[in-house]
Amino acid sequence: MSDIVTLQDVYKIYGKVHALHNINISIASGEWVAVMGPSGSGKTTMMNIIGCMDTPTKGSVQVDGTETHKLNGAALTKLRREKIGLVFQQFHLVPHLTAVENVMLAQYYHSMPDEKEALQALERVGLAQRAEHLPKQLSGGEQQRVCIARALINYPSIILADEPTGNLDKVNERIVIDIFNQLHKEGHTIIMVTHDPKVGQLAQRQIELDHGQLVYSGVV
Amino acid sequence: MFFRMLKKSFLQGKKNKLLAIVTIAFGATLASAVLSVSLDIGDKVNKELKSYGANLIVKPEMEALPLDMPGIKIDPLADQRYISEDELPNIKMIFWRNNILGFVPSLSTSVFIEEQEVKLTGTWFNKKMVIPTGETLRTGAKSIKTWWDVNGNWPADNNEPEALVQQKLAQRLNIANGDKFAVTLTTEQGRKTSQLKVVGIVSTGSNEGGIFVPLNWLQEQLGKDNQVQQVEVSALTTPENALARKAAMDLDSLSSDEFETWYCTAYVDSIAYQIEEAIPGVEAKQLRQVAQSEGKVLSKIQLLMALLTVVALISSILGISNLMTASVLERSKEIGLYKALGANNLPVIYLFMAEALVIGLIGGLVGYGIGFGFAQIIGKSVFSSTIAFKPLVIPIVLLLSTGVGILGTISAMGTIVKLQPAEVLHGR
Repeated sequence: MSDIVTLQDVYKIYGKVHALHNINISIASGEWVAVMGPSGSGKTTMMNIIGCMDTPTKGSVQVDGTETHKLNGAALTKLRREKIGLVFQQFHLVPHLTAVENVMLAQYYHSMPDEKEALQALERVGLAQRAEHLPKQLSGGEQQRVCIARALINYPSIILADEPTGNLDKVNERIVIDIFNQLHKEGHTIIMVTHDPKVGQLAQRQIELDHGQLVYSGVV
Repeated sequence: MFFRMLKKSFLQGKKNKLLAIVTIAFGATLASAVLSVSLDIGDKVNKELKSYGANLIVKPEMEALPLDMPGIKIDPLADQRYISEDELPNIKMIFWRNNILGFVPSLSTSVFIEEQEVKLTGTWFNKKMVIPTGETLRTGAKSIKTWWDVNGNWPADNNEPEALVQQKLAQRLNIANGDKFAVTLTTEQGRKTSQLKVVGIVSTGSNEGGIFVPLNWLQEQLGKDNQVQQVEVSALTTPENALARKAAMDLDSLSSDEFETWYCTAYVDSIAYQIEEAIPGVEAKQLRQVAQSEGKVLSKIQLLMALLTVVALISSILGISNLMTASVLERSKEIGLYKALGANNLPVIYLFMAEALVIGLIGGLVGYGIGFGFAQIIGKSVFSSTIAFKPLVIPIVLLLSTGVGILGTISAMGTIVKLQPAEVLHGR
């Protein structure tokens, strides 16, 4: 399979701090990768760079054939809109919009909102009956599933998940992991940051960062 | 989706929104009050000026120089000079005769009623006269002094001893329509008492202590046939311009072309000049100065109120600016999320601008309502008049208030543009 994400000699430097130091990674299309490491190891910085929310200080980044390190803010936004689906640890749902409206929000900024399609996305994560509920009326697991439905609605090439199970209990963690398994089987590329070694082991490959440097890449 | 988002996000942070509406309403209140007052009072003053009958006064030319110092005016011969009543039709023979709407002569004297000195004025009320062109004209106090409020009838313009008594005097003397009372006149032959019949009680708006009688009757009583002391003339005039002002300063300074233009333009001074030509031995002066200076005071009040409104609107913009920036910071995660989902700056800015627009509209409507009430208070207390509803004020106030809302959002836009999704979503 061809590589969908490639980082070559990537550095991200804040003053004297090297958040990322000489990172070289390739992720194949359809691969499920877990990015692991302690706090401050550079996981989120790397995810932001892959997710087109940040650019490297040095080095080159390719996302689905586009060299993102050469792009300006607007072009990065466009690429993010079209290629990336984001799943957050804290869900980041708009509190005054219902579950289905939160899913439609991604459609609205991508192209055209379609309520029927948004409802189907919610149905896929088992939340069709909770479509008209506000985030505060949903449990943490349900909110995360709305977040996943929103990430999937525009058929992204890559799903970036930052600690998707970090705020969930065991039951909801299982449900979310099952959804990720299903997505992986369907051929989605998933890059998932996690602290939890058990969740990390579910991925095809583990990448481990420490102090901004790649210390491990392979199957545990 | 945009309107769905707008509706739902507008209902969030009600306290901030309410504060923003109050801030805009404050500026809109002043704007509404000032506009309502300005438009209506401006109209009222204009109407008053137009209905202010006479704008020229014709008096006998002074033969001796009167003593005229600030606050003191002594002209001992003023009552002893007269204009011939026969000459009055000549006023309708000048170049601008069609602009002469009417005129009213008067002859005044002091009389005694129960030992009280009262001013008695003989005048035309609704006199029918034939002018040298053969046309007939009806003129007099009834058509020139349109603000006179007569309870009863107007006296006839003949030799009958009928009187129009001013309101306060009628109250003081305790007389009503149909009553008769005696007045003692001083004539060249000595004191003489005559009976007058009250046909009407008049409110003239000022100096309510006099009596009006037919001019012919008073001339007969005083032995001053065909004599009047002054004539008030109502003429349609052209507003002053530089040429009129130059002529007013020094008529001799005009070139012959300028003089011709001035003479053939219906300036109040050129009409006065032509009246002086038509009736020898008189001087005609404009009566508008008081009204004009009132107009200037009004303009200054309006300017002051307009400046206050501008200051209030600027304050509102600053207030909205603070509130919108605070709102953007408060909602930075939401904005970061929109951007993370692929929104450019513009759609996010549009959302906040649309909110500001709605706030502006609501604030404008509230401000208009309060401002209109405030205008009534100003109208009653300053101008002793209610302020009419002017539909034009509503769109202007709404335009101003939405403008304030939009301008107040500009500084918040900078904050929106600077917000980086990665920073706000990850709390960095």
